[in-house]
Amino acid sequence: MIWTNAVVQGLLLGGLYAIFACGLSLMFGVMRLVNLAHGDLGVLGAYFSIILVEHLGGNPLWTFAAVIPVAAFVGYFLQRFLLDHALNGGELSPILVTFGISIIIENLLQQTFGANDQSLNIGSLSYQSWKITSDIYVGRLNVIIFVAAVLVIVGLQFFLSKSRTGLALRATADNRRAASLSGINPKRTRAVATAIALATVAVGGLFLAMRTSFSPTSGTSDLLFAFEAVIIGGLGNLWGTLIGGLVLGVAQTIGSQINPADGILIGDLVFLAVLAFRPQGLIASRNLANR
Amino acid sequence: MTLLKLDSVTAHYGHLQALQELSLSLREGEILSVIGANGAGKSTLLSIVSGELHPRQGHVYFNDADITKLAPHERVRCGIALVPEGRHLFGNLTVEDNLLCGMASKRRGDWDLTAVYDLFPFVKARRKHRAGVLSGGEQQAVAIGRALMTNPSLLLLDEVSLGLAPVIIKDLYVALRRIAAEGTTLLLVEQNITEALSVADYAICLLEGSIVLEGVPTSLSQEAISDAYFGHSKMVGSSSKAESEL
Repeated sequence: MIWTNAVVQGLLLGGLYAIFACGLSLMFGVMRLVNLAHGDLGVLGAYFSIILVEHLGGNPLWTFAAVIPVAAFVGYFLQRFLLDHALNGGELSPILVTFGISIIIENLLQQTFGANDQSLNIGSLSYQSWKITSDIYVGRLNVIIFVAAVLVIVGLQFFLSKSRTGLALRATADNRRAASLSGINPKRTRAVATAIALATVAVGGLFLAMRTSFSPTSGTSDLLFAFEAVIIGGLGNLWGTLIGGLVLGVAQTIGSQINPADGILIGDLVFLAVLAFRPQGLIASRNLANR
Repeated sequence: MTLLKLDSVTAHYGHLQALQELSLSLREGEILSVIGANGAGKSTLLSIVSGELHPRQGHVYFNDADITKLAPHERVRCGIALVPEGRHLFGNLTVEDNLLCGMASKRRGDWDLTAVYDLFPFVKARRKHRAGVLSGGEQQAVAIGRALMTNPSLLLLDEVSLGLAPVIIKDLYVALRRIAAEGTTLLLVEQNITEALSVADYAICLLEGSIVLEGVPTSLSQEAISDAYFGHSKMVGSSSKAESEL
């Protein structure tokens, strides 16, 4: 029963990783850009939520409505005015530029908020739970996060397969040259991808802040988990990212069950094992371009 | 009416000069074939028109508007579509999604899924398949169909017959004639001289980035073409007469 519980809790945790990772996966899929500031941008969203709650009050849950559109807006223009130029500068410059953004965000947050841990207080939701069996309880917030993760991935996949902009994103992911020859505006498409990526990572950042405490440097470890989820699932493929997040979450909770200090280590080992034995990821034959 | 005009365009690939002060004009409804050996500048010429390469000197006019600085997707929205060499389909997308991508041009016209499937019935049968698994001929038809879906007034075709069986090439050229009959202007780049000349209203032969021979296909002798193609002689008599016809 202990192990069943670990798996259940791991799946719930994995949902959070999947939310964090899907934007990373999307940006990589569409423009082969590895965004090293991804985790920090999520943490930035969490601090934005803290400011909103400080000044306007209320349960932090309402700040989703403010943070998501702002994040999308920032993403659109970040791509238009900075990352697009970085993409033109060769393979190394996007990595350097996003690494620079990551450092700037972490330092700005430390300057402004200090290095202390913070968290978003969502009241009783943070400790209420549902009883599944006599031994297994699931936190309500964790279930909400998991459902949100599935909704985000399914919604994103639906958007990619059914909408005209989604088709443009898939086409650009598949063949950039052919996309522009078909009349697809590459700049707009990339900006939309980054807008979606930032909106989703902001959701992840807020959930993370509600679930545990966070600090200005939390983004780095979040980024690592997001990367692991993306690689485990298969690069640039959203279903894979969801699976990857779940696998990572389960590996970590089972690891913690074996030895409370080893959770993250076991997650890393599973990630390395996938990289060694199935480098294309668990779901390899599909990519962003597939429905 | 003149649809496309190149005004002494000079273009480079890296340090290599690919086009030298090349001028040409193309009237609406015309079929122009560009022939020439490998490296003569044919594909560069198409890149200049499609906007993938910007000229170092000179201007490109389309419908009397200067489009020299427009990006490829903006030119598609003006009505210029390129079927690139090697097809460049979206291999992981279905055939139908490939075609639908052409609608990103937001241009209205007669070309839609029904019209393309009517032109290439065998494409309709494969519409749910991934484009990457199609045969070469089918892929070429999808590439042409995708370009048509942008409802172009000028269709650029780069080596449509490359690597295809003669019977398929014949079918594709039948389709191209139909496309031209519907009023679309065609600019073809071809190594397959026979097909290129049989379909064209006018032909030019490039050598080292310059036009060395031009005229209506029937006026061009085998000898003149072969000389121009391989550069045996750069003196070509019909040139001045051809200029006035354009």
